[in-house]
Amino acid sequence: MSGQSFRLDKGGAIDRSVTLDFTFDGQIFQGHPGDTLASALVANGQRLLGRSFKYHRPRGLYSVGPEEPNAMVELRQGDRREPNTRATQVELYHGLVAQSQNRWPSLKYDIGSVNQIASKFIPAGFYYKTFMWPATWWEKYEFFICRAAGLGTASGQPDPDEYQKMHAHCDILIVGAGPAGLSAARVAGSSGARVILVDEREAPGGWLRFDRSFIEGDPGRDWVRRVMLELSGMDNVRILNRTTAFGYYDHNMVAAVERVQDHVAVPADYVPRQRLWAIRAKRAILATGAIEQPMAFGDNDRPGVMLAGAARAYVNGYGALPGRKAAIFTSNDSGYRTALDLLDVDAGVVTLVDTRPEGAAGPWAQAVKDRGVSVRSGSAVVRAKGAHEVTAVDVMPFAGGRLETIACDMVAVSGGWAPAVHLHSQSGGKLDWDQDAGCFVPGASPQACTSVGACAGRFGLQDCLNQGAEEAARLAQDIMGNPVAYGVPAVQGPDDTARQMIWEIPLGPDKGGKRFVDIQDDVTVEDIQLAHREGYVSVEHLKRYTTLGMGTDQGKTSNMAGLAIMAGLRNLSIPEVGTTKFRPPYTPVAIGALAGQEVGQHYRPLRRTPMDEWHVAQGAKWQDAGLWRRAQYYPQGNETIDDASHREVTATRSGVGLCDVTTLGKIDVQGPDAGEFLNRLYTNGFAKLPVGKARYGLILREDGLAWDDGTTSRLGENHYLMTTTTAHAGPVMTKMEFYLQTVWPDLRVHITSVTEQWAGFSIAGPKARHVLEKLIDIDLGNESFPFMAAADCRFDGCPARLFRISFSGELAYEVNVSADFGLEAWGKTMAAGAEFGIVPYGVESLGTMRIEKGHVAGSEINGQTTADDLGLGKMLSSKKAFIGKAMVNKPGFTDEDRQKLVGLVPVDGKTWIKAGAQLVDDASAPPPMPMLGHVTAIAFSPEMDMPIALALMSGGLKHEGRELDAAFPLKDSSVRVRIVSPHFIDPEGKRMHV
Amino acid sequence: MFVIRCPYCGDRDMVEFTYGGDASKKHPDNIEEPDQAVWQAHVYERDNPRGWHLEWWQHTSGCRSWVKVARNTLTHEIAGTAAADEPLALPVSEDAS
Amino acid sequence: MTRYSVWNLIKGGLTGQRHWSRAWRDPDPKPSYDIIIIGGGGHGLATAHYLSKHHGLRNIAVLEKGWLGGGNVGRNTTIVRSNYLLDANSQFYEKSLKLWEGLSQDLNYNVMFSQRSVINLAHSKPQLDSYARRGNAMRLNGIDSELLDREEVRKLVPLLDFSENARFPVYGGLMQPRGGSARHDAVAWGFARSADAHGVDLIQNCEVTGFKIENGAVTGVETTRGSIGAKKVGLAVAGSTSHVAAMAGLNRLPIESHKLQAMVSEGLKPLVHQVITYGAGHFYISQSDKGGLVFGGDLDGYNSYAQRGNMPLIEHVAAVGMAMMPAIGRIRLLRHWSGIMDMSMDGSPIIGKTPIKGLYLNAGWCYGGFKATPGSGWCFAHTIANDEPHALNERFALNRFATGHLIDERGAGPIPGAH
Repeated sequence: MSGQSFRLDKGGAIDRSVTLDFTFDGQIFQGHPGDTLASALVANGQRLLGRSFKYHRPRGLYSVGPEEPNAMVELRQGDRREPNTRATQVELYHGLVAQSQNRWPSLKYDIGSVNQIASKFIPAGFYYKTFMWPATWWEKYEFFICRAAGLGTASGQPDPDEYQKMHAHCDILIVGAGPAGLSAARVAGSSGARVILVDEREAPGGWLRFDRSFIEGDPGRDWVRRVMLELSGMDNVRILNRTTAFGYYDHNMVAAVERVQDHVAVPADYVPRQRLWAIRAKRAILATGAIEQPMAFGDNDRPGVMLAGAARAYVNGYGALPGRKAAIFTSNDSGYRTALDLLDVDAGVVTLVDTRPEGAAGPWAQAVKDRGVSVRSGSAVVRAKGAHEVTAVDVMPFAGGRLETIACDMVAVSGGWAPAVHLHSQSGGKLDWDQDAGCFVPGASPQACTSVGACAGRFGLQDCLNQGAEEAARLAQDIMGNPVAYGVPAVQGPDDTARQMIWEIPLGPDKGGKRFVDIQDDVTVEDIQLAHREGYVSVEHLKRYTTLGMGTDQGKTSNMAGLAIMAGLRNLSIPEVGTTKFRPPYTPVAIGALAGQEVGQHYRPLRRTPMDEWHVAQGAKWQDAGLWRRAQYYPQGNETIDDASHREVTATRSGVGLCDVTTLGKIDVQGPDAGEFLNRLYTNGFAKLPVGKARYGLILREDGLAWDDGTTSRLGENHYLMTTTTAHAGPVMTKMEFYLQTVWPDLRVHITSVTEQWAGFSIAGPKARHVLEKLIDIDLGNESFPFMAAADCRFDGCPARLFRISFSGELAYEVNVSADFGLEAWGKTMAAGAEFGIVPYGVESLGTMRIEKGHVAGSEINGQTTADDLGLGKMLSSKKAFIGKAMVNKPGFTDEDRQKLVGLVPVDGKTWIKAGAQLVDDASAPPPMPMLGHVTAIAFSPEMDMPIALALMSGGLKHEGRELDAAFPLKDSSVRVRIVSPHFIDPEGKRMHV
Repeated sequence: MFVIRCPYCGDRDMVEFTYGGDASKKHPDNIEEPDQAVWQAHVYERDNPRGWHLEWWQHTSGCRSWVKVARNTLTHEIAGTAAADEPLALPVSEDAS
Repeated sequence: MTRYSVWNLIKGGLTGQRHWSRAWRDPDPKPSYDIIIIGGGGHGLATAHYLSKHHGLRNIAVLEKGWLGGGNVGRNTTIVRSNYLLDANSQFYEKSLKLWEGLSQDLNYNVMFSQRSVINLAHSKPQLDSYARRGNAMRLNGIDSELLDREEVRKLVPLLDFSENARFPVYGGLMQPRGGSARHDAVAWGFARSADAHGVDLIQNCEVTGFKIENGAVTGVETTRGSIGAKKVGLAVAGSTSHVAAMAGLNRLPIESHKLQAMVSEGLKPLVHQVITYGAGHFYISQSDKGGLVFGGDLDGYNSYAQRGNMPLIEHVAAVGMAMMPAIGRIRLLRHWSGIMDMSMDGSPIIGKTPIKGLYLNAGWCYGGFKATPGSGWCFAHTIANDEPHALNERFALNRFATGHLIDERGAGPIPGAH
C-alpha cells in the first residue's frame, strides 16, 4: 500500500489484497484490480497528468468516463503505443506503462508553456490573421505549428494485434447497463425476446457503481449484482461488457466495439484485441445516461478541479480520494451529494458554493449543513488558484461584496447534467429543448429507437427504473405479441431540487484567470465572445472558428456551454441557436478494429490459377491483374525481365511457347436466342457464326465508346462460350444479366460465369501443333481444324475444349480443361513439348507479341477510345443493331483528329521508347505545348531487333511516316520516333493460318 | 447499412448487393431504336430526385437477380422492393418542392 | 474592416482583442441585384469575390440556405492539386492552383495553403506507366510533376508498407510537389470576408424556392426571405444542383447526387507529411495542422442526399488505409461525416451558360470541388460578367454530353458513381 497516500481503507469495488505495479512517466506506482489508470493515479496523489493542446497549461483529471478532456496518456510502448488514451477508461493491469503527452522536455517543465505568456496574442483563429508574410513562408510557420499542436505521438509501427468482426441480430438492443438499462433488460429478458445488452464500462451498473443510492433497501450495487445474475441465467440475453455502441446507422444498425483484451498487457494468443460488432436490432433502447457539465470560471482548468460526480465516483467506486480539503461549486444538488460522500470518508469540505440564490432547498442542503459545512448560496467560485495544482479558490457572491480566498486542494464542480443524446441524434432523431431540466432531450426518431432514463432527461433514479421497465415492456409486447408483466423496485432517498442554468461565471475583481469552456481545445469564454464579435455566430461557425468541441472528447463537457454562451450573446434562446451535429463515433474507435481482418495479405483475396504452383516452382515473377496474380516472366539464372522476355518471345516465335490464360473471363451463353443476344451485345455479327467456329468480338458501352473485346465460340446450335478481358470479366457478366433480366426478358437465354471452372492455356508457335497432336484426340490438320476453329475434344483422355485462336500471331491454340485438371494438363503439355523446346511465357512476352501484332489491350481500350480510334471501325456492323450503335456518330466521336492507334519505331532504330511518353513535335520547346498523342505500350521486338511501340496519335495513320518526339520530360528524355503501321509482324496474318 | 429484401432470397444486408442506378429511366427495349436523342436521354439524363427513388440493385453475392428498390435518397428508408418484371410504385415524396 | 496582420494581433493582445470588426455583415436582402449567386459555399463565395474585387462589379448578393461554407467546402478532405491528364482539366486546375498560391494574400486571410506535395502510389509497372503518361502530360502543360521509383517513395514516406506482408507492394509513384492541402473553412470565410468588403451582400438562412423567368430569361428568384430581382443568376449549389435547377425548369441534368464520406483521426504529432493516395484501392490521407489524420475513400455508391455515412464504406476505407500504412491501426477514428457530390457523367465539371438567358451553371464537381474553388470562382465570375465562358472553362459546357466532347479523365464512362 506504500505510496497510495490517497487510497481509502475501505470502499470501492477494488481488490486490496492484490497489488498491481504500473508506471507513469517512468515513476512506479501501485494500484489494485478494479482500478482504472485514473483512479490509481488519484489514489497515488498524482495530480499533474498532461499539458493542454494550445497553451500547454498543466492539466489533471477532470472526469470519470469517456467525457475526459484532459487525462490522456500514451499507453503502452513500442508498436503497441496508443496516444490520446483516456486514463478514465484504461483498466489497470500489472506492468501497465503510460506516458504523459504534448510536453517537452518533461511534464513539469514544458517549453510549450511559453504559449501561456503569449496567450493574449493568440486568441481563437489567430492563425487566420497572420503567418501570411512573406507569402512563401507558410510551410515554414506550419512546421512549428504542427509540432506544437497535435497531442500524442503514434507508434509509427505496424499494429501487432488482431481484430475481429461480428454480426448479430436481436429483437431488443439495450445500450447502457445503468439503472434504466438494467431495468429494461430485466423486463425485456423476461419476455423471451432476444436481447443484447451492451455497456461501455469495465463493469455494469452505470452511476449505481459510483453513487450511494439504495434500491429496495440495499445499496444500488447489490441490486446491480442481482440483476446481472438474473440476466446471465437467461439464454435469450447476451451481455457485452467493455463494449461501446459508437454509431447508429441506417435501418437500425448499431455499431459497437468490444475491448476484448485491452485490460491486459498483451492479448492472449488467438484472441483479438478488439471486436467490432454490427448489431441489427428490431428495436433499440438507449439508456446511455448523462454527462455532468462544468461551469466556466477563472482558471477552471487547474489540476484538482474536477466534476463533482467524478469526485464522488473515485471515492465510492474506487476508494480513491481526489483531495482532502474540497471546495464544492455547484448549480444543482450534485455538489451536495459529493460533499456528503466526501464527509463520510472523513475528507474535509471547506466550503460549498451554490450559484442558486437560495441554495438547495431539500434534505440534501440540510444534511450538508448538519455536517457543519459552510454553504455559500448565491455565490460563485470566480477563480481557482495555484500553478501545477489548485491551492485555493476565490469566492464571491453574485450580488457583489467581499471576495474570499479559501484554501483547498480540490474543487468539485457541477453545472448540471446533459443527456447523452449522441446515438439518438445519429439515428436521425430530433432534439427537443427541455426548459425545466435545462437540457436537450430526445425528440422523435425516424428509426426504431427509444431513449430511457437520464439520456431522456429523466434524472431521478426511480424515474430511470420505471421508464426502463415501461419501455421494455411496451417494445417486448410489440415483438412477442403478449403483454409482459413486470415490477419495478422502489428507491429510497430524497429527490433532487431544481438546478440553475448557468454556464459562465463572471471574472473576479482582478479580471484574472482564463475561463475554459472547451478545456481540451483551450477554448475560453473570451474566444466565444471574439467569435461573436467577428460574426461567427452560427453554432457551426463557432465550432469551426474556435475549435470548440473538436477535440478527442468531441465536446462532451463543452458543446452545451459553448452554445448556451453564444445564445446569451445573441439574445436568443438555446434551442434557437441549436446544436451542431453529433457525428459518430461516440468515442474514438481504433482504425484497426474497423479494418478487422482485412489487413496485410488479407487486404484483398488473392486469385491464383490452377497452374499457380507450377509457376511458383519455376520462380516466376508476378504481375497483379485485379485480384489475380499472373506470371509476368520466368527468369533463368540472372536474367532481367527484358532478357527473359526476349528469350521467351524468340523461343515461341521460332518453336513453341505455353502461356497461362486462365484469368480471361469466360461466360457460357445458352438458349435459342443466344445468337440474337450476342448480336445485340457485340458490334459484329454472331448469330450466323457456324457451330465449331470462334470469332473475335468487340463490345461498346451504351455511350458508344469501346468497352471490351474477346473471342467467342459457338459450341452448339444454342450454345456459345464467350470470353472477356481479365479486367472486365465481372462487369460484362453483370451487364449481360441486366439486359436479360430487365431489358430483354423475352430473350430465351441463360448465362453462367465459368471463369473458374476452366483452366486455360495458350500454346503458340510454329511447333504448337506437334505438341498438341501428342495430347489431343482430334485431327489438328489445317483443313480439319483451321484457324478460328473450336471443338470439344479430349486432352489426354479428359474432356477439354480446343480453340484455334491467336493473340501472338503465331499458329496457336487455346486449350481449356477442367480447373481441377489444369495443373496436370499444363505439366503434360510441357513434357510433351520438351522435344520441341517448349518454353513457358508470361504476360510480359504476351504483351510483346501482341504489340508486334498491333492487337489492342487495356491501355488502348481505356474507356476513352472509339472502335475507329482502335482501328476496329470495320467491326461496327451496318447490317444489325448493337449496344452503343446510335451514339457512335456524335461529332466528338468522329472528329478525324481524334487520337487513333498507330505504331512507332525509333528513328535511330535502337533507342527504347518509354511507355507513358507523350508525342510532341519538338520536345525541346518550352512548355506548355500541344500534345498530339501518347505511347500506350512498348516492347523490344526480337524479330525486328528493335524497340517498337503502340501509340494513340491525333489523326492516326494519316500521319504515317511522320517523325515526332516521344517526350518523357519526367526523366528529361525524348526519343525521335516515326509513325508506322501498328502491325509490325506478319501483317497479312499468314502464320496463324498455317 | 441497408437491409434490402431480395424477392427471391429475403432480407439481406446491402453488402451483398451492387447498386445499378436509376430504374425509372427507360432503356430502349428496341435495340433497333435509331434516335440518338432517345439513347442520349437514357445514357446521360437523370431526375436525381431528393426523396423517393426507384433504383436497381443486383444481388451480386446472392442469386444475382436485379431487384427494383424504392428508396428515399434523403432518409435512406426503403419502402419496398420488387422483382425486375414486377411493377413497383414509389410513395409520394413529402419533399415535393 | 480590420486588416489582418501580426501587428493587429499584437495590438489586440494589449487591448483584449476587442478591435476586430465583423468578418462579414448580416444584411437583409435588397429588392433586386444585378447578380445573384445561389449558394454560399466555396464556389459561390469565390465567384462573388472575383466578380466584386477583380471585375469591379457591385450590387451582388450571395444567397445561402443555411450558414456560409456549410456545403462541401466545409466537409471535404482539403486536398489541392492539379495533377490531371486531360488538357481541359489540367489547364483549368493549374489555373486554380496558381490562384491558391497567392490566395491568402489576395484575401488577407490565411487559408493555410500548404504545398506539402501530393503523391499517388503505383503498384505495378502498367500502373506506373499510366501515371507517367499523366506526369509527362503535366510537364508538357507546364505543371510540376515527378516520377518516383519504389526507393524514392520509401525515402519520402517510410510509413508505407514496404514489408513482405503487403498485398499490393508499392512499385513507384507520381508526385506533384506543389500540391497539398488548405484549411477548408478558412477558404470559405476568406472569400466571404473579401466579397463582403467589396460590397457583396452575403445573405444567410435564405433558401431559394423558385425562379422568375420571363421570355426565356431569368429576372429573379423567390426565396424564404421574399422575392428578389436579378439580371443574372449564377447557380453554385453542388450537391443539390438537380434539385435547384429543376425549379428553373432545367430538368434531367447529367448529374447524380452521391455521398462521399470523410474521416478524421484524433490529433497526433506530425506523422504524415504529404498528401498520399493509394493505388490499389480508393484511399487518400493527409494530416491537418491540428494533428488529425484526414482521410477518405470511394463514394458509398448509391444516390443519396443524406449527409450521413454508413459502416461498410468506413470499414472498407479503414482496410485500405491499413493496407497502405499498417501503422495507423492503433490510431483512432475521431469523427466521420459525409458530403453530397454532384457526380457528372464524365467525371468533369460543368461551368457555363444554360438554355435560360442570364442563368449560369456551376456544377458537377464530383469530388474535385475543393481544389477547384478559386479557379471555379474565377472562371464562373468571368462567364457571368462577360456572358461568355473563358477559354479555360468553355470545354466544360453542358452540351458536351450531346456532342461527344467528353472529358473523361478515367475513362469510366457514363456511370456517375464510377468517377
